Amino acid sequence: MFSLAKKDLLSLGVFALIVLAMPFWLSPLGAAYPALMQKLAIFAIFAVGFNILFGLTGYLSFGHAAFLGIGSYTAVWSFKLLTMNVVPAVVFAVVMSGVFALAIGYLSLRRSGIYFSILTLAFAQMSYSLAYSVLTPITNGETGLLLVQGDPRVLDALFAEPRQGLPVPTLLGLDMSGYAGFYFCAAMLVIAFYLSQKIFASPFGLALRGIKSNQTRMNYTGFNTRPYTLAAFVISGMYAGLAGGLLAVTDPLAGAERMQWTASGEVVLMTILGGVGTLVGPVVGAWLIKYLENIFSAFNESILQRFFSFLPDGLDTFVVTVTSKFVGDGWHLTLGLMFVLVVAFLPGGIMEGIHRIVRSFQRRGDREPDGSLKAQPAE
Amino acid sequence: MTRITGVSRRQVLKGAGAGLLTSLAAPMVFSKGAWAQDFCNNPTGDTVTFGFNVPQTGSYAEEGLDQLKGYQLAVKHLNGEGDGGMINTLKPSALKGNGILGKKVAFVTGDTQTKTDAARDSARRMIERDNAIMVTGSVSSGEAIAVQSLCQEMGVIYMSGLTHSNDTTGKDKRRYGFRHYFNAYQSGVAIAPFLAQEYGRDRRAYHLTADYTWGWTQEESIKAATEQLGWETVATVRTPLGIGDFSQYITPVQNSGADVLILNHYGHDMVNSLPQAVQFGLRDRQVNGKDFQIVVPMFSELMAVGAGDAVKGIIGTSNWHWNLPDDGSKAFTKSYGEEYGAPPSQSSHTGYVQALLYADACERAGTFYPPEVIKALEGFEFDGLGNGPTLYRDTDHQCFKEVLVVRGNMSPTSKFDVLDIIGHTSRDEVTYDPAMFGGDLGPYDPNNC
Repeated sequence: MFSLAKKDLLSLGVFALIVLAMPFWLSPLGAAYPALMQKLAIFAIFAVGFNILFGLTGYLSFGHAAFLGIGSYTAVWSFKLLTMNVVPAVVFAVVMSGVFALAIGYLSLRRSGIYFSILTLAFAQMSYSLAYSVLTPITNGETGLLLVQGDPRVLDALFAEPRQGLPVPTLLGLDMSGYAGFYFCAAMLVIAFYLSQKIFASPFGLALRGIKSNQTRMNYTGFNTRPYTLAAFVISGMYAGLAGGLLAVTDPLAGAERMQWTASGEVVLMTILGGVGTLVGPVVGAWLIKYLENIFSAFNESILQRFFSFLPDGLDTFVVTVTSKFVGDGWHLTLGLMFVLVVAFLPGGIMEGIHRIVRSFQRRGDREPDGSLKAQPAE
Repeated sequence: MTRITGVSRRQVLKGAGAGLLTSLAAPMVFSKGAWAQDFCNNPTGDTVTFGFNVPQTGSYAEEGLDQLKGYQLAVKHLNGEGDGGMINTLKPSALKGNGILGKKVAFVTGDTQTKTDAARDSARRMIERDNAIMVTGSVSSGEAIAVQSLCQEMGVIYMSGLTHSNDTTGKDKRRYGFRHYFNAYQSGVAIAPFLAQEYGRDRRAYHLTADYTWGWTQEESIKAATEQLGWETVATVRTPLGIGDFSQYITPVQNSGADVLILNHYGHDMVNSLPQAVQFGLRDRQVNGKDFQIVVPMFSELMAVGAGDAVKGIIGTSNWHWNLPDDGSKAFTKSYGEEYGAPPSQSSHTGYVQALLYADACERAGTFYPPEVIKALEGFEFDGLGNGPTLYRDTDHQCFKEVLVVRGNMSPTSKFDVLDIIGHTSRDEVTYDPAMFGGDLGPYDPNNC
């Protein structure tokens, strides 16, 4: 049941190694600090989960951020009411987002294509509005749900004296804010990746691919597709819930903007940028976007000025003026540009680019007649 | 910042050739000596890094960008560049104009996007990657409260920027968080006598309120203050942050029987809602035999400029204004004007002041060790920073100083001359019992990141 094909096992091993070694290979890139590495692991989980729905069934959900938010709120409430231990928080986050995904998926999956997307978007916006204002007693509105000194924390109160100041989420006595938090998220990412490999390789995954290629034909052969799509939707909702729960674990706060449509759009971007329907693609996309977001948005004009100071006078001010539009608050421009280029020239995302390079090395002059790629097995 | 100097010209050229990504990432190489330090981000080199965390996008971007200018000016002055600004007028002052404790001040910036999540992300980057000894800046109380509680967990001092909610130094106050800006309760106390004088004691008020912590507390404070005057509150309606079109909220005002509209909006929200209310003809109406009036309890010159003609005659409160006659305000307005070619806003003022106060506290404490710096700030009584005699109260880390009551200038002489100061409410009048808003400051002991 837990076995994998040899090729998958190898890719899982390599993947785990890359994830766990992040602090080393990210440090020349200026990204080896816990907060960002935690984000990289968490959003990779989010994207991997999203890919199970979008990549396999072709159903494009524009409302997955809702599950992310639900996961976060659930985890923070678990911290507030029960215990600062992260295990219950993560479990509750996954279960709760699964329940919501079941309800939203049951209704949304009555339609397909653009109507499904709009339905999920509508549900996500509803969740956002509820969290933002209507359910303020539960979500604390725009300020976001924070831990306070006076929280009951029933289980913690039973076993230990409260320490001075605000408690932080822990696992076996380890604080989850720094590197320990990153390794926890990284382990979760490896598990999530493994599960996604299993799903891709299973008959269930095959059925989902069938739904993507021709749902009508599947139905005519007497195959009831609804439970399959719903299962895929719930699974990917639970992945999102896990990601949301981990966000709260590494930083115990839940804000409504996590559920905004822009956050839903971001995961779509990540998946498409990396490569829809591939195993590794969404991870690559998530890392690239989160890395660029963190690095580019922190650049300011004085950094650019120093950086381009080797250019002759006049030219350097010009270069700084132009490039400053693409960094800092303008980094979305960079993201948009990159997205346009990838979609225009590499519709299969970055993974397609990598495959093309690898193929060009493997068999030079041995291309497909039309120059296109042969159908790739999912990794 | 310093790590950039470690890159040679050759390396930079190589990097630039290797493409944008690699080239931009190259200078970020650094070695982190995080293990040898006795408190979070103890500065070991010859520089000390501040983190300027302000919204550069979103509803409050304009105020945030202006705050950033204030911070950059403060860094210049602290390092002994420029004319020194308010360093020369601060009394008592331990600042020497050669950095802080002999170390030059460097800074990193971040965009909070006017969102609490992004604000905390950005603050964590400053603390964990850039080794910021202090984080400062905010335009919304939501982000101020979120970053303040993060900084308490990390053991890094947070000097909030523009945040007006009672909660920042009330319910959600923290030992590591400090606020120079005034709050909603003080606005209510300051504005009430002027409302009574201008509009009488028999009024019916309708509130439109930005739906988050600041809006809630301002609505509560203004409601309490006006009801004490004898005003009646017809309705309080919450509006989402950053919606742009307020017509669906303004239409019901016309049939509500209210004769005053109170806009608890800030930044871009107010720049939209006030002109829209004026365009709906609210101010030309007669209700209950009186002229309909609009009040914006808290506003700033940037908003007044943005709202254009609609702001003429509108009464509100401010923390500071550039044409105040004292030496501190003059010095700051002069050096800011020379630097950026426009008068400073209260947002850049409060940022500038917070940076100076932190630096001064480090000098007085003789160390960057947070508990000592906190003790130096608590109960600090100072003058010469534009607000008259000011006290940093130890029980809630709120500054107590006089509050300005302002009115939109009816005949502005320039595009910056948009507000008239019509009154000063004294520090004694706006001082309140810290127990009123509850909260708990928490421990001095620093968490080591």
